[in-house]
Amino acid sequence: MAGNTGSIVGVNGNMITVAFEGAVSQNEVGYARLGELRLMSEVVRIRGRHADLQVFEDTAGLGIGDQVEFTGELLSVELGPGLLAQIFDGLQNPLPQLAEQCGFFLRRGTYLKALPRDVRWAFTPTAKVGDKLTASESLGHVPEGIFEHRIMVPFGWRGTATVVEIAPPGSYTVEQCIAKLKDEQGQVRDVAMLQRWPVKVPIEAYAERLRPTEPLTTKVRIVDTFFPVARGGTYCIPGPFGAGKTVLQQITSRYAEVDVVVIAACGERAGEVVETLREFPELTDPRTGKSLMTRTVIICNTSSMPVAAREASVYTAVTLASYYRQMALNVLLLADSTSRWAQALRETSGRLEEIPGEEAFPAYLESVIAGFYERGGVVRLKDGKTGSVTIGGSVSPAGGNFDEPVTQATLKVVGAFHGLSRARSDARRFPAIDPLESWSKYPSLVPTDMVESARRVLRDGNDVGQMMKVVGEEGTSLEDFILYLKAEYLDSVYLQQDAFHDVDCATPAERQRYVFGFIDRLLQKPIGVKDKAAARRLFHQLTQATKDWNRAGMGSTEFRELEEKLDKLVAEVS
Amino acid sequence: MQKVYHRVESIAGNVITIRATGVTYRELAEVESRAGTSLAQVIRLNGDEVALQVFAGARGVATDAQVRFLGHAMHVPFSDALLGRIFTGGANPRDKGPVLNEGLIDIGGPSVNPAKRIIPRRMVRTGIPMIDVFNTLVESQKLPIFARAGEPYNPLLARIALQAEVDIIILGGMGLKHDDYLFFRDTLEESGALSRTVMFVHTASDPVVECLLVPDISLAVAEQFALQGKRVLVLLTDMTNFADAMKEIAITMEQIPSNRGYPGDLYSQLAARYEKAVDFDTAGSITILAATTMPGDDVTHPVPDNTGYITEGQFYLSNGRIEPFGSLSRLKQLVNGKTRDDHRAIMSGMIQLYAQYKETIEKQSMGFRMSEWDVKLLKYGERFEREMMDLSVNIPLEQALDGGWRLLADCFEPIESGLPSKLIQRFWPKTAAVTAA
Ligand SMILES: Nc1ncnc2c1ncn2[C@@H]1O[C@H](COP(=O)(O)OP(=O)(O)OP(=O)(O)O)[C@@H](O)[C@H]1O
Ligand SMILES: [Mg+2]
Repeated sequence: MAGNTGSIVGVNGNMITVAFEGAVSQNEVGYARLGELRLMSEVVRIRGRHADLQVFEDTAGLGIGDQVEFTGELLSVELGPGLLAQIFDGLQNPLPQLAEQCGFFLRRGTYLKALPRDVRWAFTPTAKVGDKLTASESLGHVPEGIFEHRIMVPFGWRGTATVVEIAPPGSYTVEQCIAKLKDEQGQVRDVAMLQRWPVKVPIEAYAERLRPTEPLTTKVRIVDTFFPVARGGTYCIPGPFGAGKTVLQQITSRYAEVDVVVIAACGERAGEVVETLREFPELTDPRTGKSLMTRTVIICNTSSMPVAAREASVYTAVTLASYYRQMALNVLLLADSTSRWAQALRETSGRLEEIPGEEAFPAYLESVIAGFYERGGVVRLKDGKTGSVTIGGSVSPAGGNFDEPVTQATLKVVGAFHGLSRARSDARRFPAIDPLESWSKYPSLVPTDMVESARRVLRDGNDVGQMMKVVGEEGTSLEDFILYLKAEYLDSVYLQQDAFHDVDCATPAERQRYVFGFIDRLLQKPIGVKDKAAARRLFHQLTQATKDWNRAGMGSTEFRELEEKLDKLVAEVS
Repeated sequence: MQKVYHRVESIAGNVITIRATGVTYRELAEVESRAGTSLAQVIRLNGDEVALQVFAGARGVATDAQVRFLGHAMHVPFSDALLGRIFTGGANPRDKGPVLNEGLIDIGGPSVNPAKRIIPRRMVRTGIPMIDVFNTLVESQKLPIFARAGEPYNPLLARIALQAEVDIIILGGMGLKHDDYLFFRDTLEESGALSRTVMFVHTASDPVVECLLVPDISLAVAEQFALQGKRVLVLLTDMTNFADAMKEIAITMEQIPSNRGYPGDLYSQLAARYEKAVDFDTAGSITILAATTMPGDDVTHPVPDNTGYITEGQFYLSNGRIEPFGSLSRLKQLVNGKTRDDHRAIMSGMIQLYAQYKETIEKQSMGFRMSEWDVKLLKYGERFEREMMDLSVNIPLEQALDGGWRLLADCFEPIESGLPSKLIQRFWPKTAAVTAA
């Protein structure tokens, strides 16, 4: 180390002010010395000979004059085989290993290597001596779980790299040299499987960015049919507390049709992560037959963990997601909750005494949020294959009011909006996505005209429902009343979905098309009943049979019997 | 080595500033002045300027007060001798018992490594149908009661505490009315639970800074018991007073408020406390039940709002009843799949019907004609409120579920209940007096 050190001249919460002499850069990592401990920190502002650093740990015990070592490096993560199935904190410390070392509690100042150093990976070279490559092009690959993990020219490589030497097939650790590459200046450098990347810098080593158009099936009916998400797209789930953001993300993380899922538990409850990290290893991924954990990475910086590391955690997550995208995989990043990340920014900004914007959020909030979602996308890699990072972020607006800075800034940049409503969650209409307020710019997996006509039924039925509150049932025509019942029916049997039922929890694309086809026909049909009581009765029956249908495995005898029952009910009245 | 400082530079609210060196962040100091001696804690360092928060309040502290730094952060004694004892918010005896000095532990320690937590799996039975059936309480859950001031949240807390099968009860009182403090003490005593209880009580007339210490002290002690394998229940009442105490300090320190004067880190501060609730892998557990009064009966007020985002649900107490809407136990699905096959279906089915009843009530109040369906809902809703929601009902879960089926059968035809056909076949009472449609 160059021995660039400074000394503390102020402590305010997790913010320290450090007087320094040498050169210090913005976002550089420094370590505050506290006896034997070294507390990791990041430079967030430099003014004259004073740098403000946010400390990723509790600052109790630090005092004036304590030393800070600057590293000259930006906050970075390790990339390489062995990331999958891991559980990291926001700074990429592996939590299970930390528990082995420190016991029940987290211990400040303890940092572990993210990638295991003793594991050997079976490397197969694909590049040959003399090949001219650029950043991110393949040198070879190793098997990681179900994937072929590409070993690539480091993303930060400038210009062409000429392969001088390449390791023969064999087992190597992540730190062993697997290739010698010569840069344009003629300098030869050793390259290992492990590379480091600064989290706040997007990885842009690809051929071009494409428009997200291909649907990403989440198996949540209201999402896939009405408010779809595209591979490489972005979406947000704002909602008041308890409206179902986390449950929606949890089921998406289980059933979504993607290769890799990165879960960023950002400033939320530890218990929720525990459910994932204890259950995923036991659950099998129907697509691969392997444990769900083998396609998952969890970044866990829960609400009682240090706030500055919470800010870093979403960047850690998106960097890992982008890394797997570079291997032509489809990656889904789920961040819960982006509001907690924004609040971390607010806390830092407050301690820096910056001029606050709305609700004391910093003035640059919007651009920071936009910058984060911009890191999603579909890209064509240099070998012509595509990879994608889809980002879904939950938003926790104060008071459940969407008219607040984080929700508004997010809505400006995402491609789909799944707004959860308190009224729906109170009425236990889960998932509580408001069908009238939400929107998506991406294509649905059922034909557009069908979705449009169903949407009309919802809207008109809702209007009738509102009218009925004014004029009563007696003031409503039978025809309108049936429209109202149709909307209610569509809501309860299709929009609502039981996340905790073995079958109903996930509806594959094919089944959605099939069931929606039936519902569409029913909605189009004129219903011949003599009065409102008869209409209500009919829809009670239809609703119950369709819900039973949802709970039956597709193709089972029960499924067919219920379908017949439904057909008969419909035939009787049309 | 313990240098004494004699000159206080400034006094604002409960915060004093002095010039000193060799001081560390969060260190404790003793402040001695004509008003008496109090502990104080370092809350900001700026060069040689040290800001201290005085626990007993700065009232009466003069510029010539003596400040002596203690070289350590706040800690409390921990041993079994705590059981049956009552302390102030500053951990001094409030009863006539001796001062304890043994086994000092830090307060506000680091969080539990998520990898050392397990998924909670034990139901806490309360005998209250609105909890057991509809929003099941689970060991290690953190859950507040949201209520307007004046609602019986303290009796409800006490009732749950006594009914729950736990090893240790810890009561953390913040801004507690003296009567309420005596109520807790007497109730616990009468039921013989006092000997497994530790109380840290800050009453409305005590110094406000001590209020800030109550959650940390209570939870630090709870954590030690839990590590010994005990199942600990912590009652925190009223967390809104805690939040208001934080607001006071933040304003004194001239922090930029984010929402209605509350500091921007209100969420993180509350979370740091509530997240102490835990089910340890290979040790005991901490369950936290809190009271959060809602100023103006407004759930969107920053304190209940931030709390709702942190806790694992809430019981919404209104007019002496736990309201089904607004109340939620997020952990219920971890246990209600194993209680009885019909539990989940009854839980959501009955609430959906009750929601429809509420709509009917609205229609009725507008003077609309009641359809046959409305009439059924009215009958259902009234009985639901009487047989399920009334807090005087005290029956085991199974009996409540049976009651639910009976109630449904008395009011509806099976098909109208919206419940899965398979369960109807199994559980629908055969002798029900079904009103012919
Ligand atoms: N799809 C669903 N099916 C059934 N129940 C649900 C569903 N979604 C949510 N719930 C119920 O609502 C509760 C709260 O959901 P969740 O924890 O996802 O809320 P949230 O929006 O993430 O809240 P917060 O912002 O406080 O984290 C769940 O514990 C569950 O009981
Ligand atoms: Mg959540």
